[in-house]
Amino acid sequence: MAHDSMNELPALARVFTCLSLLTVGGGMAAYPELKAQTVDVHGWLTLQQLDYLYGVGQAAPGPNMMMIVSIGVLTAGFAGALIVLLAFFGPTALLACVVGRLWTRLEGRPWTVAVQRALLPVSIGLLLAGCFTFAKGALTGWMTSIIAGMVFVILLRTTMNPAFLVLAGALIGIVAFGRG
Amino acid sequence: MARGSNRASDGPRVGVGRIFAAFLLIGATSFGGGAIAYLRDTLVVKHRWVDDETFLELLAIGQTLPGLKATNVAVLAGDRLRGAGGAVAAMAGVCLPGAVLMYIVGLVYQAERQRPLLEAALEGVAAAAVGLILATTLKLGRTSFSRIDDVAFILLTVVCVNRLFIPVPYVLIGVGALAVAWYGSAAAKWRTIP
Repeated sequence: MAHDSMNELPALARVFTCLSLLTVGGGMAAYPELKAQTVDVHGWLTLQQLDYLYGVGQAAPGPNMMMIVSIGVLTAGFAGALIVLLAFFGPTALLACVVGRLWTRLEGRPWTVAVQRALLPVSIGLLLAGCFTFAKGALTGWMTSIIAGMVFVILLRTTMNPAFLVLAGALIGIVAFGRG
Repeated sequence: MARGSNRASDGPRVGVGRIFAAFLLIGATSFGGGAIAYLRDTLVVKHRWVDDETFLELLAIGQTLPGLKATNVAVLAGDRLRGAGGAVAAMAGVCLPGAVLMYIVGLVYQAERQRPLLEAALEGVAAAAVGLILATTLKLGRTSFSRIDDVAFILLTVVCVNRLFIPVPYVLIGVGALAVAWYGSAAAKWRTIP
């Protein structure tokens, strides 16, 4: 795996730049394409690895797509991690900077209002689609479905910090699946 | 001073080091998502670098653009505080802790791929994440579920991705254009009535 991993750097840069442009509303919107590119097209990791890392990423602090760094490491070591980070956050940061400076001229224009309004339902749709794609891979049986259902209900009814629930999921996983 | 920008110099001139430190703290402590709340606490309440109105404006810009909301707001705030240097400092600060953590996770995962106990824990983690992201999405979309046209666009998007398996870029552009046309004309009509 390591001997030709440097050849993957251009592909990593390309894929994660494209992915970053799809994260409207949140990182989950890009998940179906993330899965398609990293698992199906390039085979950088298995679907199980992707879903496990995505799960761990939900418990990490900061912006919630930092698990892409793990994909970079697995694929091409430190260089891979660095490329992925720059590709995923660089172009969108530049765009935000430029639009932020032009905002006084864009704000309130009919088409700006229409785009803002249109992105509300479309981004929710993309996030939901990402959730369903992720669920299809991560829910492997009745036990994982129960864990997901419990976390879902607890989060809708309480203000508990989700990071604790992800850790609780790890403990339940060890008890439920750790027979090997 | 306001070279190439009419807004970057409006706010207080805060040092790059202070910006980096403040965003590093956010990046290290904002566990469990909701980095936006941490950003507001730091920028508006703790340091008073921006007022609430400006923060909401930054959030509106950040939500409209591609990229994560948290990093977009960090970049926008950093730029307002200290131009491009501030934007880079804010971005680096907010990303660094999580990136280092997930780098280590990637290394450990590579090394311990065969451990059944780790796999068991990760299966539970992924399952919990399903519940977490679904709850987050529903909370985020709460206001959209009561309007018929919103629900139609949400369903259309989901069907395109999950049933028709159309790649996300095409869905975003296609359904996005439809939605812009719809809400654009709806807004225009609405404006001519009164």
